[in-house]
Amino acid sequence: MTALIALFWRDLRRAWGSGALWLPVLFFLLVATAFPFAVGPDAPLLARTGGGMIWVAALLAALLPIDRLIRPDREAGVLDQLAVRGFADEAIAAIKIMAHAIGFGLPLLIALLPASALLAQDAARVETLALGLIIAVPALASLAVLSAALTANLKGGSAIGGLLILPLAVPMLIFGAGMLDPAGRGALKLLAASSLLLTVIGPFAAGAALRGLRE
Amino acid sequence: MSAHPRESDVSDLLRLDRVACIRGDRLLFEGLSLTLARGDALWLRGPNGAGKSSLIRLAAGLLRPAAGTVERRERIALIDEAAALDTELPLRRAIDFWARVDTVDGHTVDRAMSEMALAALAEVPVSMLSTGQRKRAAMVRVIASGAPIWLLDEPANGMDDAAQARLVGAIARHRSNGGAVLLASHFALAIPDLRELDMGALA
Repeated sequence: MTALIALFWRDLRRAWGSGALWLPVLFFLLVATAFPFAVGPDAPLLARTGGGMIWVAALLAALLPIDRLIRPDREAGVLDQLAVRGFADEAIAAIKIMAHAIGFGLPLLIALLPASALLAQDAARVETLALGLIIAVPALASLAVLSAALTANLKGGSAIGGLLILPLAVPMLIFGAGMLDPAGRGALKLLAASSLLLTVIGPFAAGAALRGLRE
Repeated sequence: MSAHPRESDVSDLLRLDRVACIRGDRLLFEGLSLTLARGDALWLRGPNGAGKSSLIRLAAGLLRPAAGTVERRERIALIDEAAALDTELPLRRAIDFWARVDTVDGHTVDRAMSEMALAALAEVPVSMLSTGQRKRAAMVRVIASGAPIWLLDEPANGMDDAAQARLVGAIARHRSNGGAVLLASHFALAIPDLRELDMGALA
């Protein structure tokens, strides 16, 4: 158990080391800044469409660090050393998912505030967005670690990783953005259900992918 | 074959029984049996591509044998071509991560660091270390882990004479403490009482 905790802190330290903490934040804010330029400074239009844009940006922010989630550990032999010590691949995947969820989820929630301001979201919508993102972050982290594990052997893996992850993330986009619609009352529960499903499947699927990397 | 397969013995730490290994679509070896008892050391020799590293990975459980069985009775410490140390960290902190994973205390790491003469480099980032120094650092991890079975894949690569002597000393101490060593190396190390398995002769 102490070993897994040590692994968690190491992953978190690597996620936030060398300024990487600000990458999803910067990316997220970049999208929020660029979007009003693209659709024009029409506040009601921004308020109506901005929430969906925030969800898209959050999904892409989860995919940003795919390249350094698994591949460096594989190349440095860290995964082999862990396997030799008898850790289950599923446990390692679960730790990596937790570390990624916190590593990118926390900065994302902080960045939500300025991004919402840029996209003319009112307080109630910001609350809904924050709640939805908190629910979705574990699933987004699961998908990111899964596609990182699947593409760790490929050059330019992150591009393919994005393609892999997109269909699986679509339900969360639909229900997450659907929560912003005053008529969409069931969206929260459906978002939670799809997030739970992906979060539960994630460690097993990513663990199997890690096992496959050794063959 | 020079590694004598014999009857199972309680002191056996590692047993490979008639294993075969296929990489890609090439058969590297088959019908290979070997045992490592406490105090044993076995040198896998042979040219590049003979399957030394694959055999080490089979013994470590990182590869599945295409046929045969691999049995490990004790914990394993492995050195391969990757040092598995975080390059951005000072050496001591990078090793301390593995010490936490292996739940060994700081004194054990201190002793292993001085055994490989790395105490002076504790604050140097891993990225600044030379190849030989990284091999010594990986050796520190192996020594500190306290695992009875050592699987060493080319541990002396890049090591100078003094470091090789320290490696040989560490192996001798490990064996006298009841450990076993499986060593893959394309050149000879001055290790006394060493069994040999010529992988080149198998192909």
